[in-house]
Amino acid sequence: MSDVLKYFRQERLPHIWCPGCGHGTVTGALVRAIERLGLDKNKVCVVSGIGCSSRAVGYLDFDTLHTAHGRALAFATGIKLARPDLKVVVMTGDGDCTAIGGNHFIHAARRNIGITTIVMNNEIYGMTSGQYSPMTPKGMVGTTAPYGNVERSFDLCELAKAAGATFVGRSTTYHVPLLIDLIEKALQNDGFSVVESIGQCPTYLGRKNKIGGAVEMLNWIKDQSVNVKAAAALPPEKVKGKFLIGELHNAPAPEYSSEQGELIGRVQRNYSDIKGGLWECASNSD
Amino acid sequence: MSEQKKSYLHVVREKYCKGCGICVAFCPKQVLSLKNGKVFAEKPDLCIGCRMCELRCPDFAIEIRQKGEDEARAADAGSVDYEIPPEAHHA
Ligand SMILES: Cc1ncc(C[n+]2csc(CCOP(=O)(O)OP(=O)(O)O)c2C)c(N)n1
Ligand code: SF4
Ligand code: SF4
Ligand code: SF4
Ligand SMILES: [Mg+2]
Repeated sequence: MSDVLKYFRQERLPHIWCPGCGHGTVTGALVRAIERLGLDKNKVCVVSGIGCSSRAVGYLDFDTLHTAHGRALAFATGIKLARPDLKVVVMTGDGDCTAIGGNHFIHAARRNIGITTIVMNNEIYGMTSGQYSPMTPKGMVGTTAPYGNVERSFDLCELAKAAGATFVGRSTTYHVPLLIDLIEKALQNDGFSVVESIGQCPTYLGRKNKIGGAVEMLNWIKDQSVNVKAAAALPPEKVKGKFLIGELHNAPAPEYSSEQGELIGRVQRNYSDIKGGLWECASNSD
Repeated sequence: MSEQKKSYLHVVREKYCKGCGICVAFCPKQVLSLKNGKVFAEKPDLCIGCRMCELRCPDFAIEIRQKGEDEARAADAGSVDYEIPPEAHHA
């Protein structure tokens, strides 16, 4: 099978993530999906925001952009509009995507812009030492929730679907073959795709909530996940309190950058028979 | 005649391995162990080549090759000379 290292800036490895951190597993899944599709390195652009998760792009040997906190999708939108021929991938954390970047997320979904967004959801702000995020489950402890978080968390996949994303899936760092399959499908969807990957932050979520290290956390994640196909046949009480994994939504719709491109072409054609063309016309208008 | 049993080679990049134990804990055949905080294939003959260790490893520190198939590509990343940055290889 794979020699995944060819997709990495190997001189930057080993990476800085803590032992057992799930972010490396997700990064590995992305390059395996890209390898399976045989994508040209120079036609893939990976964009991230800020967070432990967002550091992934620094290790990847594609054209990459490490941007501002929560803004990966804003930068990625610009890239996709300027270069619709590129596969644009966003790697983002739960805090980056659903807290500070929540608005960018829903509008990118609403527009159905051709970006594959991989949310590395460890249910906590890892980089800044364990504050709770909008994805931290109710009752869990974080630096800013020392007595337990009273807020309800997002169901990110439902949110993405409601906002207009055309491909939505969820997997975990335990279910890696499924994660690779979902990323592969997401990359093939011409539109806004979201793959949520639930993963472990042993250093903060695991330690503060006394779940244990990486192995215990993976067991904890495994025990909470139910495959969407299996869930359909299970009684509701067996699914209660668990999260669904698998392909959750797939409803192709016209993609934003190509619709924009068509619009531009149409307007240009309308004015092409005017003497001096579009430029003349625009400069003469009030 | 029964087909010859497939056997596997475990390529370990010790420089990358952080000894998290994920691969060891979830190997269905208990092939792997840790020694001085690094992974090693203690019982390679039991390996069924499922590659779950490779896929779950957060540090790209272990890869599985099928003997006689893709083992030729096995190179320890720890021995590669990185004086020329890999970025230089593609425009
Ligand atoms: C504008 C701005 N606000 C706040 C921060 C501080 N900050 C850095 S990373 C981060 C949270 C990251 O959490 P997440 O996206 O879940 O990534 P993780 O580290 O968990 O992978 C915050 C709040 C910042 N860098 N910039
Ligand atoms: S703090 Fe958590 S998220 Fe950040 S590298 Fe460590 S384990 Fe990973
Ligand atoms: S999963 Fe990777 S880093 Fe962790 S012990 Fe195994 S080889 Fe080492
Ligand atoms: S390939 Fe499968 S059986 Fe072989 S060492 Fe890895 S996890 Fe164990
Ligand atoms: Mg996080």
